Amino acid sequence: MSKIKNIDELMKHISDGMTIMIGGFMGVGTPEIFIDEIVKSGVKNLTIIANDTGYPDKGIGKLIMNKQVKRVIASHIGLNPETGRQMNNKETIVELVPQGTLAEQIRCGGAGIGGFLTQTGVGTIVEEGKKKIKIEDVEYLLELPLKADVALIRGSIVDKQGNVYYNGATRNFNPLMATAADLVIVAAQRIVDTGDLDPNHVMTPGIFVDYIVGGEK
Amino acid sequence: MDSKMAKEFIARRIAKELKDGDVVNLGIGLPTMVANYIPEGVNILLQSENGFIGLGSNPEVGTENNDIVNAGGQHVTIKTGGAFFDSATSFGIIRGGHVHATVLGALEVDEKGNLANFMVPGKMVPGMGGAMDLVSGAKKVIIAMTHTAKGQPKILKKCSLPLTAAGQVNLIITEMAVIEVTPTGLLLKEISPFVTIEDVLRETEANLLIAEDLKIMEM
Repeated sequence: MSKIKNIDELMKHISDGMTIMIGGFMGVGTPEIFIDEIVKSGVKNLTIIANDTGYPDKGIGKLIMNKQVKRVIASHIGLNPETGRQMNNKETIVELVPQGTLAEQIRCGGAGIGGFLTQTGVGTIVEEGKKKIKIEDVEYLLELPLKADVALIRGSIVDKQGNVYYNGATRNFNPLMATAADLVIVAAQRIVDTGDLDPNHVMTPGIFVDYIVGGEK
Repeated sequence: MDSKMAKEFIARRIAKELKDGDVVNLGIGLPTMVANYIPEGVNILLQSENGFIGLGSNPEVGTENNDIVNAGGQHVTIKTGGAFFDSATSFGIIRGGHVHATVLGALEVDEKGNLANFMVPGKMVPGMGGAMDLVSGAKKVIIAMTHTAKGQPKILKKCSLPLTAAGQVNLIITEMAVIEVTPTGLLLKEISPFVTIEDVLRETEANLLIAEDLKIMEM
């Protein structure tokens, strides 16, 4: 069965109230064609897990501008002032997480790890409500894994098995998210035949990918 | 000294702190300027927390690659010998102590080496991004900032804003002084050739110990 679908078919998997991980860093490595389709679809009350909320006109920012997001878990919202406005007016719940902690929470979610200990955030507002554990006189915060219903990721080259190569700095959160969701869809910049991608260059093995859609810019 | 000159002066002085072979992460703004003043013969490897090491200069107009940007989203280049990686590896590098030094700006720093630089409640809440991990994980944390903001001291007895990290700052470099955070308090090690010790004390709220071998900051 082919993993390649058109975007209309794939949008049937996206519905109100879902938790969605979206790859990218300030829009770089973000599956922009999916963002545009979600905007068109009008689905709402989404929980978005992502590094940041992009810019108002780029990346995840478009979903924020269109008020489709109920809750955001991200490390940075500074380049999209609308996220901050919605947070201050209590229209959207924004949970700010240190970037390394967010990445590791997603990695744990996908790797069957029940949590991890980090010194990041000790003595700051990040420790509020979290369990502190002392090991050999060093204090750590217990951080728990994150998972999602759907992960939307972006690949530079994807073969028909779903093996993914990410170019440059587009990798960021994409390979982590590909492991941590029930359904994983990759928007491909370029789709190649199975065998055309050297197994040595595969960054996300195809077993993690459920569907592929082409046409990513 | 106007603001532009002050920033250049700070960046030049911080550049002298970096050693050949160091892995360094520079924050956005003034810290980024440090890269322009690295002394001849010193090669440092710049880490970009969005996922690579070997951060190079800005690309020539027309040669920008949309897949290569820094953590601020600006087009950059990667040097020969550099490497890309995912965010988990990137922060493994940071938390794991593989970054020798990080240079960051500050809103406030205090006598205990506490740093506040990521939010002003009710006003500026951009999120901490990678700053908390960097300050907790880097071996040496250098603060690059102007000594005061709108005439108000930024080096305080105790930070009033939410902390980015507790007790992690090692060195504070401003246009007026070089101050080291020590277990007994803040140690004034160098002052700018344009100011007196009294000027520095007046513009600093925290108590300062004065080094016996107090030096003049080199240009």
